[in-house]
Amino acid sequence: MVALNVNGRQAEVDVEPDTPLLWAIRENIGLTGTKYGCGIGQCGACTVHVDGAAVRSCGVTVADVTGKNIVTIEALAENGAPHRLQQAWIDHDVPQCGYCQSGMLMAAAALLKDKPKPTDRDIDAAIGNICRCGTFQQARAAIHAAAEA
Amino acid sequence: MTQGFSPSRRGFIVGGATLGAGLALGLDIPGGPRGALAEEGAPEVNAWVVVRPDDAVVIRIARSEMGQGTLTGLAQLVAEELECAWENVTTEYPTPGQNLSRKRVWGDFATGGSRGIRGSQEYVRKGGATAREMLIQAAANQWEVPAGEIQAERGLLIHAPSGQVTTFGKVAEAASKLKPPADVALKDPSEWKIAGKSLLRLDTAEKTDGSMVYGIDVKLPGLLNAAIKDCPVFGGRLKSFDETKIAGLPGSPRAVKVGDSAVAVVADSWWRAKKALDALPIVWDEGPNASVSSESIAAFLAEGLDDAAPAGVGNKVGDAKAAIAGAKKVVESVYSYPYQNHAAMEPLNATALYTPERCEVWTGTQNGEAAFAAVVAASGLPPEKCDVHKHILGGGFGRRGFTDYVTQAVLVAKQFPDTPVKLLWSREEDMQHGKYHPITQCKLTGAFDENNQLTALRIRLSGQSITASIRPEAIKDGFDPGALQGLAATGDAALGYDFPNLLVEHAMRNPPVPPGFWRGVNINHNAIYLESFIDELAHEAGADPYAFRRSLMGKHPKQRAVLDAVAERIGWKAAPPKGVFRGLASFMGFGSYVAAAAEISVSEGNRIKIHRIVAATDPGTAVNPAQIERQIAGSFVYGLSALFYGGITLQDGRVAQANFDTYDSMRIKDMPKVEAIVMPSGGFWGGVGEPTICVAAPAVLNAFFAATGQRIRHVPLKNGNVAFV
Repeated sequence: MVALNVNGRQAEVDVEPDTPLLWAIRENIGLTGTKYGCGIGQCGACTVHVDGAAVRSCGVTVADVTGKNIVTIEALAENGAPHRLQQAWIDHDVPQCGYCQSGMLMAAAALLKDKPKPTDRDIDAAIGNICRCGTFQQARAAIHAAAEA
Repeated sequence: MTQGFSPSRRGFIVGGATLGAGLALGLDIPGGPRGALAEEGAPEVNAWVVVRPDDAVVIRIARSEMGQGTLTGLAQLVAEELECAWENVTTEYPTPGQNLSRKRVWGDFATGGSRGIRGSQEYVRKGGATAREMLIQAAANQWEVPAGEIQAERGLLIHAPSGQVTTFGKVAEAASKLKPPADVALKDPSEWKIAGKSLLRLDTAEKTDGSMVYGIDVKLPGLLNAAIKDCPVFGGRLKSFDETKIAGLPGSPRAVKVGDSAVAVVADSWWRAKKALDALPIVWDEGPNASVSSESIAAFLAEGLDDAAPAGVGNKVGDAKAAIAGAKKVVESVYSYPYQNHAAMEPLNATALYTPERCEVWTGTQNGEAAFAAVVAASGLPPEKCDVHKHILGGGFGRRGFTDYVTQAVLVAKQFPDTPVKLLWSREEDMQHGKYHPITQCKLTGAFDENNQLTALRIRLSGQSITASIRPEAIKDGFDPGALQGLAATGDAALGYDFPNLLVEHAMRNPPVPPGFWRGVNINHNAIYLESFIDELAHEAGADPYAFRRSLMGKHPKQRAVLDAVAERIGWKAAPPKGVFRGLASFMGFGSYVAAAAEISVSEGNRIKIHRIVAATDPGTAVNPAQIERQIAGSFVYGLSALFYGGITLQDGRVAQANFDTYDSMRIKDMPKVEAIVMPSGGFWGGVGEPTICVAAPAVLNAFFAATGQRIRHVPLKNGNVAFV
């Protein structure tokens, strides 16, 4: 049993300590908004926040994050209202297949915390997510819009 | 807004009462199941339209949504004819089993070839119009007035002479009992108010908060999870595995044989199943292909470029061979295009529940009916005891038109009866057991006369046929005209130029690597070959690449119009900014005319920065221009990822790439600004999901030539050490 703090709740999960956080979130805690895309930290579909920083959850183990605050896409909205990025995503009709979008939103949310008014270069540096549908143009516009909101 | 993907509905299905029992209605289906009302007491006006008493409208969508926007576009078409209020619209997928039980009332479920909308637009619009007429008739009956005096408008039924008004919801039940009209007239697109408009997609909100349930996210009580490994060599078989070596590992893993060539490990969680699979000793019989390599395939294809090898003729004008033999000057180049993997972001998966009485599958599929057929075949149960529940796809790109992963899931689940099993491929399995974009080489020969006028073009394609792999009986005369997509004389992928003499041939050569439909299919390589070589010919003729193309397009006004549109928008007639160079490409595919202009700069001789793309599409009819723009912009990511980073290679019979570290994809930093021009000229329905990809690469390659004087003829660019800045 490993103790995890996910979205403000303590959870005891029955996994080996070397289990990637991604699979504990998906399979044990049952939050499936965090996606498996590559398992090697390349694509970013599994991005969550660990103590406020964007982290690819396939690349850290549950042992690594015990005692830390983990936030997933399901808790990006606060007080029932969509996060301004989520609203911008809806307004700009960003998602296509949508599968990578949780990870891109979590990466973007961490960026905005760090840099409330990111430049295009900031976005290029912070959003390394793979999107095979190619939603980047809309995603960039939505990040800028959210920064202005 | 999409309804029908909610966990509660899934729970309903899993509870054993299949939705089919509620939905298989069909007063409109002679001999169909008993007439009844749809779930939650909502009347089904006809197969496409359910109207609830509270005026909520549920539109049934037969085709699959994989990001391309078809779900929203089809709903727009039905809603347009129905005259309902758009904000009341939700959608749901009927199942293939329901389709079968209702004599395929929803038609074809296949979603490929950019046919999702164009292949069903007429009958879905009729479905909406028929439902509208039935609602009008129901109101007419109630008020005892002529139906012709009633107007349907935004979900209201209005009888102006008497001032009476009612809603769709109030008369839907009565309407559902009426006989549908034999024929209905469809609106001209010029009258559209919902279709043809850039409405927001219906499936966005759940994609921004993690609540969309993809196949990989399916939850069922008692679910087990399976990881799978297929023989790494194509055509090889599973010889043996030693299950005792994983006994005692966490998750109670069990190893089972799947078909002739694969082994799966089933455990309580997928991560534990995967760990146990990695620890499982497996012996393969690698079979006859263990020595295949990219080099051996390249040599095999190169032989096909030689005149001595057999080839079929796909398009012919005059006598190109004679014109080339008598030419003043001959230009010849050889190009090649590699295998590509789809690499949809959601790795392949399917969840199957098999009991001796029933088999159900939950999965993302581009072809619900093909998946259904796979379930029937693999389960050994009769069709009426099977069904497939479709989920939104985390990308398809052609890969999810195949059903190998569905078959595997059922074969695993059969070994765990009464227990649902989710089979999920690792990214590595997905990369190494694809249905790859076919591999080809191409020799192009151009002939000029003494006045430096082009007299002939010969295109000789050597390489793989998808048809030969999946439908070998369709191959006639030893070659595949489909491999020459985009180079045909007529049809929905016709050559957009006229040449005085032309010869287009295919030397079919099929290496032992499974090919498949990869977004854009055969126009991807053919557009690179032709549009790069046209640039070479323009250069040889001393002509401007834009003017040279136009001079060959006299009989192809639609093709010329999209080329003109991008040339005008990019400002072709004026010089580009200093240090910036331009390239053009235009092509036809999937019934639509496309063109692109690229502006790039090159530093250090091999570092490319793409500053701007202008891309035009004439799809004839535009159902949702904003979604078409997104398909166009996204096409540059898919097409340029393949150009720069792609390429699947073979070594010792195995795919050498395993994950995104060796098969990379563009990131936001690489994304050029894409300006889309959607210019429907009316009178036809072309596809939009695929055509643009094929012009992405040649526009950039032609710009690279303009910048450097170097002609790149082989993909991917990483092999030539050419990369994004």
